[in-house]
Amino acid sequence: MPAIAKEKLAQLKRDTTEERLAGMTAPMGAGWASEARAAAQARVRDMGLPHPRDEYWKFTRPETLVEADAPHAALFDGGEPHLFHDRARLHLVFRDGVLDEAASDALALDGIEIERLGKALDTDIHWARDTYGVLEEAGQSPVPRPLAALNTAYATDGVVIRVTGTPAHPVCLTYLHEDETSDAILHHVIRVEKGAEMTLLETGPGAARVNQVMEVDIEDSGRLHHIRAQGRDHERRAVTGTFARLGTESTFKSFTMTVNGVMTRNECVVTLTGDDAVAHVAGVCVGDGKDFHHDDTVFVTHDAVNCESRQVFKKVLRNGATGVFQGKILVKDGAQKTDGYQISQSLLLDDDSQFQAKPELEIYADDVACSHGSTSGAIDETALFYLRSRGVPEAEATDLLVLAFLAEALEEIEDEDIAGEMVDRLSGWLERRAA
Amino acid sequence: MLNIKNLHVKLEEEDKQILKGVDLEVEAGKVHAIMGPNGSGKSTLSYVLSGREGYEVTDGSVHLEGEDVLALEPEERAALGLFLAFQYPVEIPGVGNMTFLRTALNAQRKAKGQEEMSAADFLKLIRAKAKDLKIDADMLKRPVNVGFSGGEKKRNEILQMAVLEPKMCILDETDSGLDVDAMKLVSDGVNALREEGRGFLVITHYQRLLDHIVPDVVHIMAHGKIVKTGGPELALEVERNGYTDIMAEVA
Repeated sequence: MPAIAKEKLAQLKRDTTEERLAGMTAPMGAGWASEARAAAQARVRDMGLPHPRDEYWKFTRPETLVEADAPHAALFDGGEPHLFHDRARLHLVFRDGVLDEAASDALALDGIEIERLGKALDTDIHWARDTYGVLEEAGQSPVPRPLAALNTAYATDGVVIRVTGTPAHPVCLTYLHEDETSDAILHHVIRVEKGAEMTLLETGPGAARVNQVMEVDIEDSGRLHHIRAQGRDHERRAVTGTFARLGTESTFKSFTMTVNGVMTRNECVVTLTGDDAVAHVAGVCVGDGKDFHHDDTVFVTHDAVNCESRQVFKKVLRNGATGVFQGKILVKDGAQKTDGYQISQSLLLDDDSQFQAKPELEIYADDVACSHGSTSGAIDETALFYLRSRGVPEAEATDLLVLAFLAEALEEIEDEDIAGEMVDRLSGWLERRAA
Repeated sequence: MLNIKNLHVKLEEEDKQILKGVDLEVEAGKVHAIMGPNGSGKSTLSYVLSGREGYEVTDGSVHLEGEDVLALEPEERAALGLFLAFQYPVEIPGVGNMTFLRTALNAQRKAKGQEEMSAADFLKLIRAKAKDLKIDADMLKRPVNVGFSGGEKKRNEILQMAVLEPKMCILDETDSGLDVDAMKLVSDGVNALREEGRGFLVITHYQRLLDHIVPDVVHIMAHGKIVKTGGPELALEVERNGYTDIMAEVA
């Protein structure tokens, strides 16, 4: 790019960034928290908010996530309870990004310490202090993630959880969208202590526009299972950033199901820092209509020996929907015996839908096994005919094949019961749409 | 039961006439066999009857118990009672065989205005039928036809037939890829389904299948037409002399 154009772009990004920041006020907090927020704000200014010319924003237009006011998003009532509703759980309800304490369970569960973000930032809880904004900042290199820094600077609510044992139930966060112009910034911090294990469930759209960050720090032999469903609101927009750091022999498994929503950008940054750690990041997405845009941007860094990582993403796109996958595996010098796997696949149900994939491998160790693959395909007409010839109507047969396509990613959910609930809900949604 | 009149079919993509006036009537309770050399149009006939895309009917008609088959979608034909056992059963990764069978059965029941079958009743039904065909629990659990041997795939076709209880069964080269034991098993499965109200159209290249599934009527098809019709002895004639003599005779 010529110098003049480059300077012009930089100026443009500065202007956009200042425009957004001008309308925002940083919530209060203890001294350390204010410092963390100020540092994050400086990071935002330094990087500038995303612009379509940025390398990792070429396939996803960032404007609606960046602009000062959240675009209007109509409310949606699917006429069914949120996922995980009849499961034993510690249940917290957020309305447009604000914890509704009256509608939530008390913040207490054996095996964890849990606080509301505001309270944690007001006091000096050392483990929260050592994590808040720290993993997000670490995840800014080599790829900048300015919307996550913006989140650290301005987050208004969230939970901080320290897992010290093995709680009997999952923690479930339900996000309700009740205001057509709500603009939520949620920030969760989860620290899993040595040998501790927890399941975190998330369900619901959150707000008209959501910016959510989750920082996950897993100590040696700790395990975190993360399963989320991003609601069925057609018009909501979301940018999420998951930043995970894994210690020796620890496990992090994260699964996301996205149905509907006009704009979703799910970033996930995982760093394996201890030997023998395991990280699986997976997702399924079902998109319908030309306004639908779904982007998974994943960055896994192997910085220890004998670690395993898997990225499994499947997207079903119809009626002009767009899917994006940008996935990278970085194997650092010395990260021998790395087992890295990445697959991204799309099922395009018509010619108008499109899938863009940017798989990347960068390897500096010589004794590793890494593989990646990306495919785009249409429904298998032969299989469709076979099903129809047995009496299954075309729409139902298509749904069966769609679910079959998504099955490989859904199998990444370790808990079969939860996986079953997700599959049931998904097939219900597909059926109703077809009807 | 099945009435095919003057059926003319060409490939949609190219201007190639495959069927050039097929006339055939299969009565309820009877087994008709169609034999013929490669390229005679046997498989095309089965595909057209089941409603596969890619073929254009340029003339003629097909009726099943008076219903115009050609006007119907494949799933409607199935609900009407038409069943095609595929020459090459399709593998469907990710769809369990049981799920597939239950979905198909309930879709057909729904189309006929019947109650869907409960999971428990279905399990009972499928276990009984599978046992006769020596299909084990593992085969029922696996994805449809994925990793099945040639024989297993064909047995799975017959299992579907047994569960769906169609009125008119078309078997397209069901003997291809089967060893003697598998052929016996598959034939026993088919013979068990022979009854008053059900018609069969068995398409085969070789006579050997007809030793096991003994037909009432044998047709010889060549160049897109039925050129000769007779009893089981016609199949034996083919076995002895090949198609050349018959072709010369009707030419």
